[in-house]
Amino acid sequence: MIHSLFLINCSGDIFLEKHWKSVVSQSVCDYFFEAQEKAADVENVPPVISTPHHYLISIYREKIFFVSVIQTEVPPLFVIEFLHRVADTFQDYFGECSETAIKDNMVIVYELLEEMLDNGFPLATESNILKELIKPPTILRSVVNSITGSSNMGETLPTGQLSNIPWRRAVVKYTNNEAYFDVIEEIDAIIDKSGSTVFAEIQGVIDSCIKLSGMPDLSLSFMNPRLLDDVSFHPCIRFKRWESERVLSFIPPDGNFRLISYRVSSQNLVAIPVYVKHIISFKENSSSGRFDVTIGPKQNMGKTVEGVIVTVHMPKAVLNMNLTSTQGSYTFDPVLKVLTWDIGKITPQKLPNLKGIVNLQSGAPKPEENPSLNVQFKIQQLAISGLKVNRLDMFGEKYKPFKGVKYITKAGKFQVRT
Amino acid sequence: MSASGLGYNEQGGEAATEQGQEATPTTAPSVPAAFGLFSSDTKKNEDLKQMLESNKDSAKLDAMKRIVGMIAKGKNASELFPAVVKNVASKNIEIKKLVYVYLMRYAEEQQDLALLSISTFQRALKDPNQLIRASALRVLSSIRVPIIVPIMMLAIKEASADLSPYVRKNAAHAIQKLYSLDPEQKEMLIEVIEKLLKDKSTLVAGSVVMAFEEVCPDRIDLIHKNYRKLCNLLVDVEEWGQVVIIHMLTRYARTQFVSPWKEDGVLEEENEKDFYESDEEQKEKDQKVKKPYAMDPDHRLLIRNTKPLLQSRNAAVVMAVAQLYWHLAPKSEAGIVSKSLVRLLRSNREVQYIVLQNIATMSIQRKGMFEPYLKSFYVRSTDPTMIKTSKLEILTNLANEANISTLLREFQTYVKSQDKQFAAATIQAIGRCATNISEVTDTCLNGLVCLLSNRDEIVVAESVVVIKKLLQTQPAHHGEIIKHMAKLLDTITVPVARASILWLIGEYCERVPKIAPDVLRKMAKSFTNEDDLVKLQILNLGAKLYLTNSKQTKLLTQYILNLGKYDQSYDIRDRTRFIRQLIVPNEKSGALSKYAKKIFLAQKPAPLLESPFKDRDRFQLGTLSHTLNTKATGYLELSNWPEVAPDPSVRNVEVIELGKEWSVALGKAKKEKPTEKFYSDAEEEESASTTDTESESTSESEKEENGKEEGSSMENSESSSEELSDSESESKEGTAKKKFKTIEESDSDDPEKKTKMISKKKESSGSSGSESSSTEESSSDSESESDSESDVESRKPKNAIASKRKEMSVPERKASTKQDVSLLDLDDFNPVSTPVAVPTPAILSPSLVADLEGLSLSRSSVIDVSSPIFVPMKTHELLHRMSGKGLAAHYHFSRQPCIYGNQMVSVQVTLTNTTDQKLENIHVGERKLPAGMKMHVFNPIEFLEPEESITVSMGIDFCDSTQTASFQLCTKEDNFNVNIQPPIGELLLPVTMSEKDFKTEQGMLTGMNETSATITVAPQNSTRLVLLEKVVKAANLGVVPSGQDNIHRFAAKTVHSGSLMLVTVELKEGSTAQLIINTEKTVIGSILLRELKPVLSQG
Repeated sequence: MIHSLFLINCSGDIFLEKHWKSVVSQSVCDYFFEAQEKAADVENVPPVISTPHHYLISIYREKIFFVSVIQTEVPPLFVIEFLHRVADTFQDYFGECSETAIKDNMVIVYELLEEMLDNGFPLATESNILKELIKPPTILRSVVNSITGSSNMGETLPTGQLSNIPWRRAVVKYTNNEAYFDVIEEIDAIIDKSGSTVFAEIQGVIDSCIKLSGMPDLSLSFMNPRLLDDVSFHPCIRFKRWESERVLSFIPPDGNFRLISYRVSSQNLVAIPVYVKHIISFKENSSSGRFDVTIGPKQNMGKTVEGVIVTVHMPKAVLNMNLTSTQGSYTFDPVLKVLTWDIGKITPQKLPNLKGIVNLQSGAPKPEENPSLNVQFKIQQLAISGLKVNRLDMFGEKYKPFKGVKYITKAGKFQVRT
Repeated sequence: MSASGLGYNEQGGEAATEQGQEATPTTAPSVPAAFGLFSSDTKKNEDLKQMLESNKDSAKLDAMKRIVGMIAKGKNASELFPAVVKNVASKNIEIKKLVYVYLMRYAEEQQDLALLSISTFQRALKDPNQLIRASALRVLSSIRVPIIVPIMMLAIKEASADLSPYVRKNAAHAIQKLYSLDPEQKEMLIEVIEKLLKDKSTLVAGSVVMAFEEVCPDRIDLIHKNYRKLCNLLVDVEEWGQVVIIHMLTRYARTQFVSPWKEDGVLEEENEKDFYESDEEQKEKDQKVKKPYAMDPDHRLLIRNTKPLLQSRNAAVVMAVAQLYWHLAPKSEAGIVSKSLVRLLRSNREVQYIVLQNIATMSIQRKGMFEPYLKSFYVRSTDPTMIKTSKLEILTNLANEANISTLLREFQTYVKSQDKQFAAATIQAIGRCATNISEVTDTCLNGLVCLLSNRDEIVVAESVVVIKKLLQTQPAHHGEIIKHMAKLLDTITVPVARASILWLIGEYCERVPKIAPDVLRKMAKSFTNEDDLVKLQILNLGAKLYLTNSKQTKLLTQYILNLGKYDQSYDIRDRTRFIRQLIVPNEKSGALSKYAKKIFLAQKPAPLLESPFKDRDRFQLGTLSHTLNTKATGYLELSNWPEVAPDPSVRNVEVIELGKEWSVALGKAKKEKPTEKFYSDAEEEESASTTDTESESTSESEKEENGKEEGSSMENSESSSEELSDSESESKEGTAKKKFKTIEESDSDDPEKKTKMISKKKESSGSSGSESSSTEESSSDSESESDSESDVESRKPKNAIASKRKEMSVPERKASTKQDVSLLDLDDFNPVSTPVAVPTPAILSPSLVADLEGLSLSRSSVIDVSSPIFVPMKTHELLHRMSGKGLAAHYHFSRQPCIYGNQMVSVQVTLTNTTDQKLENIHVGERKLPAGMKMHVFNPIEFLEPEESITVSMGIDFCDSTQTASFQLCTKEDNFNVNIQPPIGELLLPVTMSEKDFKTEQGMLTGMNETSATITVAPQNSTRLVLLEKVVKAANLGVVPSGQDNIHRFAAKTVHSGSLMLVTVELKEGSTAQLIINTEKTVIGSILLRELKPVLSQG
């Protein structure tokens, strides 16, 4: 399926190549560079490119293009999903998926790629198995290795690969047994000029960090599971149990993983926690405009809205901005024309405001459209949908684990049109 | 560091490397490789060679790491081959692995030397450790050296019979490698594939199907026997294997089953009619309809077993299931995939891109699928252009009369986008909406005309082009627009737009008789400076005017023709010559010039504005070919449905082999892991006891039957019923009928139909005796048969099988009643994603699971609150606009669990401002609530614009009473007293429970907890469907499945106290009925009784 993989950085250097079948020359990437040139920015490079003998399917992650070479028909999502899994694995191993991290750990990267695909077909993609096969690098280990001459290759054989629970390592031992769940909800919304909601929905995930010894069998139940409209599961979750009882029952992988992601049924109205008042106008026949934005909390159920950042992609004609903010600091990038206003916490008594003058290029026509505002925020200890974890039970092990649940609401793709 | 690195290299030798190691343990190796100047390359290689030959593992490892670094960079390291290959037998596992990496890369180039390593692998193939065997096979098969083909073949054959499923998995991978190395081995390899396809391990399934797809995708016959097994294993296969298997099964199903689409329309229509007709007629109808189509149970099996995979975290799996539903499922069922596809839109850019393309293709053919998700396709200004245009495409496809006004408003925002390419695409989209939906054509046209005064030229140009197309479709009365556009000629510079304007003026020159010649005059002036495209249209315009208005334009046209004659472009010279001959009559021009006018001013057909995704449906969805819109190498065409289904008996499995292997199952012995333990292992383990009973009985009966009924290839449904052992009391027809029902049952998601179907099923059960309640037919023939057998002896093991199928391998179930089995089966028909639509099922299984897993679950989790079956749209007035000084308020009960508190009823209040002024600060003021009642008010609304309305939600805890909640609704200026009195039916939450549970609960609530009444039921209410509808409309009750035809049961619990409320309607002879309500809350019970009476007795 997947013939070869090339990793290309932003300046167009191929810094890694790996072939799973016969070798494909680097020159195949020229087609990719061609397409890249045609697309105005990296976001617009088409993920699937056809060349006379091969097909190139690429993803863009952390300033690296992962370009895979395909020779025959294959579902493109299969390849894309796999490439993202590769990037996730790098992230997991090296803490970041950057060019330097990959170059510094070239051998581990190569070993990983070797294990992840066999003849172009995915073999081991679960991080728990991979970590048994190839130990992730730590500073301590590399020092020890250099002294003792031992390797980062797993000595024990990865029995997990053979089991029915391929996502879990075999022998897990912790002195402190802990299970943490983060319920993170993101509000995707489009707010129109007048402040009414064009579109809003809540997307949530439950990320877990589970450090439990042995082979625990967990079941997590919710106070109001009917809120979850559409759910996707980590393979460890027993589907039948969810279907019948709305209980998440699973033997967890070891470490960090995403348990479920869900969407809250759109029938329920989404409470939008902030409102934005804005006056952005450009004067006709004059090289300046007005900019005045106020942001305030609304329907936040008694919680503070924090980590508020407003980003605005200003029109091309904008030269500079002279603004004063009552709270937080702002920066304007005159090259990318991006205004970022970092507000922090909103206090309802004194609403943060940013206003001032926009300088336009003299002679340039007045911009057609007002830029839309992208808002980021965070509300701790609140799941905006009202979802609540009821209880977590553990079976199969004797000890008593430490359990914790955290709720966070964030802005997802939250856009205010002006 | 690099300098020092090079320094060491020049010195060479062990000492150097050891030093280097101390200094920079892990990073050092890759750095010199990265600095590979050609001059130092040879030297460095010398150095590496020495390191490889040293005795120390650390030196060797270091060298290997550097070599791998070189390979990764794409540098040539082939000359080190002899030195590296010596280390293949190294004890150090990491050195070994790195040598493997090296071998796989260079063995093809150095075949002779590579042979040196072969014996090591051959030895490893015999290792007692399965992982070592597997990895040896992996490397051996990856060395692309033709000489060792026989060795590989032998190794594959041996490995395919290995006890370890992991080794067998690797054997499946090796098949593909060998095939690509030497295609002549195909026949032998197919034998191995055939063997591996029979494998029951989930580890192997994905890989072997992949090998099948690559080596012999046309040998569909190999799949027959394994079809059911693959369907059943699917859920437990790893995600990548799932994708491959689903795609293969899609192709398979298209060759083996008849189309479920043809009859769809007819069926539904028929059902629609049934609704209004009396029972007798309905039955007759049923019999008639039954004939045309019954879905093969195997077909159903595939569709059913793939459904849970829509919940996968892997986008590729979700897409694969979606395409399977698209290509295989009855049209009414395909809708369930849309929700999952929409979910994928939250994913990465690349995933979005592919999914949007597929949705675009789907949305052309079946708009309804994605209409509810319209807003999910709204564009954000931060989306990449390619995502924006795909979303726009989908929005355009989904446009219809109902949503067009919202869409056009949305499009207005897009037109102003800074991304001009996208703005232009939006204009095209508006044009398409205008032609497709005639109601808005004028509005769109006006909007586009407004855009003509836009500052941006690209926008104007695109508008001109689109207006031109629109005018062509309805040229009747648009003289004004043409005049307006004629004026634009002075300012606009984009050639396409200029050409479009000129064409328009020429085409409709008779409508603008004064302007047209003037335009020609102007254009004649600027002719030489125009673009070729424009010049051609000037010529055209000239010719048309010459023909219609030669008095004014004769000279002008001739002037232009002269200019054209000497133009640089031969196209234009050519056209000029042609036009001159045609329009200017002279002795040479033949008969044609007489018809010149007809030729030039013929009625032209209006262009069709079509979606660019129109023709993409010729490719299977989700494939590379679909994305590229061209046939990719190796694309396998999806065949059309066969007219007559091939013999379905080929899929019957003879004897299930005994599983030999016991894989190292971690925690396999644990009780609470039904999902993953079941298919792969449990079956193998228990095959001796239960599984065999099934298979053997099947095969026996099969043999018998096949002997008797050879050559009876009848209609699909019937033939399948015939292969079964026939000792049961039921007639063939009955079986066929039942099957038909089952199919229907899972056919639709909406509650109405569901209930309808249940009622139908009831009838069928009436006609075919008590047996039919144990309908197992959907899972496999043999089972449906055995279940309906009246033989008590054989039932026990059969039931066990049934429960096993449900992934609960527990012996206690053997004693279960028939009823339970039927419910169990129903469970599998549930639409996964729409729990709302499922009043009946999912009821028994929880209690089952609870029993089985030995978990002590409280009652409340068994009797679970379900979603409402019906949400009434009826609104109640809270505040009339006259008494509210322009503020009007309505409320309705959404029947959703309240998010503000568990004991609250959620109430949606819609506030409308009917004044012409802004109403400010709308909030809830003073509350006058009876004791105990609580209220969660909506957050104050800052202002409400005139003519606007807003819906807010509130939660009120009515304490299970019908007392009125009074409160003040305040605006900035006024306060209004309002009150909400809940209908009794809204104080309930529907629950799901089984009939058995219902009866037990009812048994506990007798005596004074029971109220009953005898009522006369209106004749039209006596059918099950109507009755159900009426009742759930009146009160928020959940439907409980009922074994009897004339008894209908409903269950709910009160919102505040959670007391059960059980309602039974028993229809009696002579249109009377007994209405019984059992509840602790007797007051509510009697009120509910009072309210339900008129509902049932009135029409």
